[in-house]
Amino acid sequence: MATTTTTVPSAGPLAGSRSFFGRLRDGDEIARLVTLLFAASVVLITLLIVYELWQGSVLPRHKFGFAFFRTSVWDPNFEQFGALPFIFGTLVTSAVALFIAVPLGIGAAIFLAELATARLSDALEFFIDLLAAVPSVIYGLLGIFIVVPVMRDVVQPALKNTLGFIPLFKGPAFGIGFLTAGVVLAIMVIPYIISVSREILLSVPRDQREAALALGSTRWESTWKVVVPFARTGIMGSIFLALARALGETMAVTMVIGNTPAIAASLFSPGDSIASVIANQFTEATGELYTQSLIELGLVLFLLTFILNGLARLLIVLTSQRGGTAHA
Amino acid sequence: MTMNAQLRWRKFVSNFMLTMTGVCALISVSVLFFILGYLVYHGGAAINWDFFTKLPAPVGENGGGMANAIVGSAKLLLLAACFGVPIGFFGAIYLAEFSSSKIAFVVRYAADLLNGVPSIVIGIFAYSLAVQPFKHFSTYAGGFALGVMMIPITLRSTEEFLLGVPRSLREGAMALGASKWRTVGTVIVPAAYRGILTAILLAFARVAGETAPLLFTALGNRFWSNGWNEPTASLPVMIYNYALSPFEDWHRQAWAAGLVLLALILIINIAARAILSRGVSVPRA
Amino acid sequence: MKRIVAILLMAFGLAAFYIARAVLSINGAGASFPEPIYSKWFDEYHKKDPNIQINYQAIGSGGGIKQITEGTVDFGASDGPMNDDQLKAFQDKHGFPVLHFPTVLGADVPTYNVPGVNAELNFTPEALAGIFLGKITKWNDPAISGANRGVNLPGNDIVVVHRSDGSGTTYIWTDYLSKVSDEWKSKVGKNTSVNWPTGLGGNKNEGVAGLVKQTPNAIGYVELIFAIQNKMPYGRVKNSSGEFIKADLASVTAAAAGAAKSMPEDFRVSITNAPGKTAYPISSFTWLLIPSKFSDAAKRDAIKGFVKWMLADGQSDTEALAYSKLPKEVVAMELSALNKVQ
Repeated sequence: MATTTTTVPSAGPLAGSRSFFGRLRDGDEIARLVTLLFAASVVLITLLIVYELWQGSVLPRHKFGFAFFRTSVWDPNFEQFGALPFIFGTLVTSAVALFIAVPLGIGAAIFLAELATARLSDALEFFIDLLAAVPSVIYGLLGIFIVVPVMRDVVQPALKNTLGFIPLFKGPAFGIGFLTAGVVLAIMVIPYIISVSREILLSVPRDQREAALALGSTRWESTWKVVVPFARTGIMGSIFLALARALGETMAVTMVIGNTPAIAASLFSPGDSIASVIANQFTEATGELYTQSLIELGLVLFLLTFILNGLARLLIVLTSQRGGTAHA
Repeated sequence: MTMNAQLRWRKFVSNFMLTMTGVCALISVSVLFFILGYLVYHGGAAINWDFFTKLPAPVGENGGGMANAIVGSAKLLLLAACFGVPIGFFGAIYLAEFSSSKIAFVVRYAADLLNGVPSIVIGIFAYSLAVQPFKHFSTYAGGFALGVMMIPITLRSTEEFLLGVPRSLREGAMALGASKWRTVGTVIVPAAYRGILTAILLAFARVAGETAPLLFTALGNRFWSNGWNEPTASLPVMIYNYALSPFEDWHRQAWAAGLVLLALILIINIAARAILSRGVSVPRA
Repeated sequence: MKRIVAILLMAFGLAAFYIARAVLSINGAGASFPEPIYSKWFDEYHKKDPNIQINYQAIGSGGGIKQITEGTVDFGASDGPMNDDQLKAFQDKHGFPVLHFPTVLGADVPTYNVPGVNAELNFTPEALAGIFLGKITKWNDPAISGANRGVNLPGNDIVVVHRSDGSGTTYIWTDYLSKVSDEWKSKVGKNTSVNWPTGLGGNKNEGVAGLVKQTPNAIGYVELIFAIQNKMPYGRVKNSSGEFIKADLASVTAAAAGAAKSMPEDFRVSITNAPGKTAYPISSFTWLLIPSKFSDAAKRDAIKGFVKWMLADGQSDTEALAYSKLPKEVVAMELSALNKVQ
């Protein structure tokens, strides 16, 4: 039995002195190669996606160039395609979502991290995590049958009556549109903000809080003026994560946004988002330019989420480093 | 005394704001119960034996069920797991046991990138790769799309759990003369199996509800899907189509399907967390 | 535990394999306009011959044209006939042409949801064009109220609903509007997917019907059966002879009467704004898009068999769902055209 040779770890200094096939007989080398293959396939798939998006959008990239991002006309009949309405819709709905979700989410995270007992905090976190697991189409279902009528019959008229002088709340209220899509998105991204912010807040060193309290601050003051600023970068990271999620949301948005490529000042207006228009029109885009314009939209979305996710992770890593190294 | 008044004000603000945070937490958590409640209320009434056993009725006619969608979803998930889990699992073993830190960084980065890709883009990708060249919408294509989405979750979570196995176990195995792959196979993986199982279950739960990628790959089917190379109905797509329709009966069935789907996903999630012993945190999907 | 999982997997695999055995599966995709009658037909045909399963997915006429050109489905369906560019694209890609086979006659109706108005409204072509162009914005606009003396129309804003997906129903509607309004023709044009000047988008006929039903003051266009099945009011439209006609079996059949006699060989014809005192002006044929060559003989024979059945027995199902039968002349032409499918 070649037991003695097989116990040598493959990456050791003796490895180079054996031939490739000699090492291959060694089970470890096979294992390393096989698992390397699988790991490499992950990278391969990711690269393939970028490649497909890039290659698949060659026609509109050459024809429209950067004008694609400035044009607001989406006309399959006369073959004019501009991404502006969809970028607008994506950004507006995400902005509304964050506007609602960030205060709620950070507030809840503060409660879970600072006030609740460990048991209560864990229990509530359990439910929040479950909320994050609810699929988009179910949010869409609830959106159509519950949120839309409520928006149309209660919320939007109320907003019109009170704040109707602001352009944001002018115009006819259909129930579906930017505002409703933003509200549904807000519900979907709150769990992400809460989970990450809670963890970040929990990781703030105790001495920070205790120092503030020792100096005579109230509980709230120590939280808001000391702990939260300390965790600020990480919380920003959680917001970016939530934003990345909101940008890519497809089903819930497409069911309540109105599916009209419109750029309007009013939040009551129907609109469309990048993910939504792709879902609606991809299987029926007749003609190469049409199809490839949709793929270019996909590329735009991919780049947006890529940048945001990168920033988010960077911020979260920075916070945990600070939390780890900063001592009183 | 102003000092006292100021203090009282600050205390008031403190209590008020802290209560508000409690309200925020309450609102956030109650959304879940609200959703569940609504689904149970609307969907519960619609769930009957027909729902699980019958095929969809022709457009506009009442009755029928989603039997083919339930089976279709099961088939899609099975394919997704067959594709996504091995890649995630063995890839994680590579990262944890064999790789250099440079390669590990690249692979991890790719996995995180993949995780962030919006599902609709995965749909486009799967269409170009698995539908167009074969000239066929199919369960394979749908399974492929979902499988790609399972990879990052499985990979990262498995890697974390493998790395979490104590060094002493590794060193003990090596000291006894086991080769690396033997160590991994017989000592490390079994030690981490709970976490790995959790990772797989969570990946399942994540893709079980995905709709967008299926729109371009598995399409849909009013009948039983024949084998694996035909389009197939699935629960999420049925919910989407039925919810947008004007037929009351279809709305009813959409609620029922929503309840079934959500119940399935929540049960998987709860089971996954239960498998992990208390005190071990669950990595975020 | 592992054994149970293994047994389950094996049972599952066997079941899937068993179901995969004898049934011939054919996939088609396209228009939602005829979806009610198609789903009924395919259901009945499956009962008649359980070995053949025709799975039809309504993804919109645009989808039907695209997917048949891509070759990912065995047949397509569209209410907007393929234009010359699209025919050429198919021919270039496959090397042989795709054929159109009319199946039924249907109608686009203007359906609305105006609070307090239960009456049947009359719409002139100018009114419809103006509403969908976004120039007529209130329900009590003279263009609408002028044709509806005696109906109390509110001064509410009109909510226009159109299709958000590539649709033959849209093609029919825009084809009609292009014929009756020069402004529409130059500004928007006719196609399965257009740049709508105003309005909300709904997915497929079902989506538009759903939106109109749930949104007060809405007006949208749907295939006739969708308005009927959902008990939604739909208006009369003024035809080229000046009569306000409601869409029904007789008026749609009348619209096709002229076309039947002069049907072109490829069956691509528009019957919107057709002449005839009793003709409903927004009628249309709807077509199956069938490639002229099949590599799979079994599929080809199954599809040809279905078309033959559809032209004979199938036609008796149409009226119950408010679709008009094909004129006799067209049926005869189609039967002989079937021979071109090889």
